[in-house]
Amino acid sequence: MTAIAIDIHSKTYSAQGTAPAHRAIANLKLTLTSNEFICLVGPSGCGKTTLLNIIAGLDPDFKGDIRLETGHKKPVIGYVFQNPRLLPWRTVRENITLALAGEHAPETVDALLDIMQLTQAQHVYPERLSLGMSRRVSIIRAFAVNPDILLMDEPFVSLDAPTARQVRNLLLELWQRRPHTVLFVTHDLREAIALADRLLFLSPSPMTVMGEISVPIARAERNDEAQVEAFRQKLLAHYPEIKTLL
Amino acid sequence: MRLLQNRYRLQLLNALSLLLLLGLWQFLAFYLNSNTLPTPAVVAKVFWQETVSGQLPYHLGITLFRLVVSFTIAMLLGCALGIVLGCNKALDAFFDNWLVIFLNIPALVAIILCYVWFGLVESAAILAVVINKLPNVVVTVREGTRTLDQDLLEMARCYHFGRRKTFIHVVWPQLHPFLMAATRSGLALIWKIILVVELLGRSQGMGYQLHLFFQLFDVAGILAYTLAFVAVIQLIELVILKPLDKKAQRWRR
Repeated sequence: MTAIAIDIHSKTYSAQGTAPAHRAIANLKLTLTSNEFICLVGPSGCGKTTLLNIIAGLDPDFKGDIRLETGHKKPVIGYVFQNPRLLPWRTVRENITLALAGEHAPETVDALLDIMQLTQAQHVYPERLSLGMSRRVSIIRAFAVNPDILLMDEPFVSLDAPTARQVRNLLLELWQRRPHTVLFVTHDLREAIALADRLLFLSPSPMTVMGEISVPIARAERNDEAQVEAFRQKLLAHYPEIKTLL
Repeated sequence: MRLLQNRYRLQLLNALSLLLLLGLWQFLAFYLNSNTLPTPAVVAKVFWQETVSGQLPYHLGITLFRLVVSFTIAMLLGCALGIVLGCNKALDAFFDNWLVIFLNIPALVAIILCYVWFGLVESAAILAVVINKLPNVVVTVREGTRTLDQDLLEMARCYHFGRRKTFIHVVWPQLHPFLMAATRSGLALIWKIILVVELLGRSQGMGYQLHLFFQLFDVAGILAYTLAFVAVIQLIELVILKPLDKKAQRWRR
C-alpha cells in the first residue's frame, strides 16, 4: 500500500553554455492514493521526466518534499525509462535478474517472461531485440522487483500502433494481477484514457498541474476504442485548452 | 561453407605474405652478400644454437618476467587512478598537469634518473618501465570513465545495484575496449622500453644480449633474438588477448 504526496516548490536547471538557467517545475502539488493508476499528460519538454527522476530519487537537486508512504519499509520503485536502458552485454534474463536484490524466485521471472511473450528470447543479448521487445524487457524488469511504485516514462513511444496496444494490454494484465501505484507519463490522450484511473494535465514549463479528471469508463470496457474515443472527444470539447498540451 | 572457404583463403594470403617477406630478405641478403645482413638460414641456425645452449630462453625469460611485473603494476595502478580521475572532476583538474608532464618525460630520462637515484638494481629497472607506461594507462582509462553511459548508471542506481554490482556489470564492460587498447599499446611500448632499461643497467635480459651482439657486430644474433621476442608477443596476442576480446565482445551483433 503506497500513497505518494508530492510538493515541489521549484526545480531549476542551472545555466549551461549560452543557455540561461531554466525553471522546470514550479509549485507542483499532487497526491496519489494507493494502487492508483495515474497518467500525466503534458507537452513534450514540460518536465515530466524530471518529475519522475525526482520521485525515483535520481535527482535530489530540487526544493520541496516527496513523501512516499509505505508504512514501515522503504518503498521499492520500478522505473520504465523512455529508452529501455538495458545492459547490451547481459542477456535479457540477466538484465532482469540483475535488478533483483539477492535471492529471488526464478519462477517469478519465468512467469513475467511468459506473459510478455519473451521466453524464447530470454538468453538473447539486447542488440538482437526489436525496440518493442526491448521495451517489454524493461517493463518486466520494473515489475520483477515487485515495486510499490511504478514509474513509466512514455514507454510505448515510437512503437507501431498494434504493438503498442498489445504491450498496453499486457501491462494492464500485470498491474491487475499485482496492483501498485503507477505514474505513467504520456502525451497520447487515447493511451492515457485507456490506462488511467485519473488523468493529470500538466502545463508547459515551468510545469504545474493544470487540472485533473477521473476516467469514468469501467476497466473491462477500456479496450473498446469507440468508448475511449467518445470520452476523448468529450474532453476536448469541454476543455479545448487540452489541445495545446498534446 | 562459403565462409569457411573465405577463411582458408585469408589464411593462405597471410602465409603467402610472410613467405614473400622471407623471400625478399633472402634475395637481399644473397644480393648484398654482406655480414651486416645474414640470410634467414644463418639467423635460423644462430637461433637454434642459442636455444639449445639455453642462452636465449634464459635472457628471454628474464625480459618476459620484467615485462609481466611492470605491465601488471602499470595496468592495475593505471586503472585505479584512471577511474578515480574520470569520476572526480576536482582531482582530475588537480592532477591533469602532472599527467601531461609524466606523459612527456622521455623514456630515456626516466630510466637514467631511476638508475641514478636508486642504483643499478632490479626495482629501479621495473620502476623506470612503470613510470613510462603508467600515464598512458591512466589517460586511456580516464577517457573511458568519462564516456560512461550516464543513463545506465542511473538505471543501476534506481534498481539499487550497489557498488560491486554496478562496477562489474555496468562500468567494467564499458571500460573493456579502453583496457584492451591500453593493453595492446602497453605491451608494444613496454617491451621496447625494457630493452633500453636492460641495455643501460642490467647484466641479463634481451637488452643486455643485444648490446653484446652490437659490440661484436653480430647481426645474426640480433635478428635471432628479435624474431624470438616478436614471436612471443604474437603468441600473447593470439593465446590470451584475442580469446579474451572475443569473449567480452560476444554480445555484439
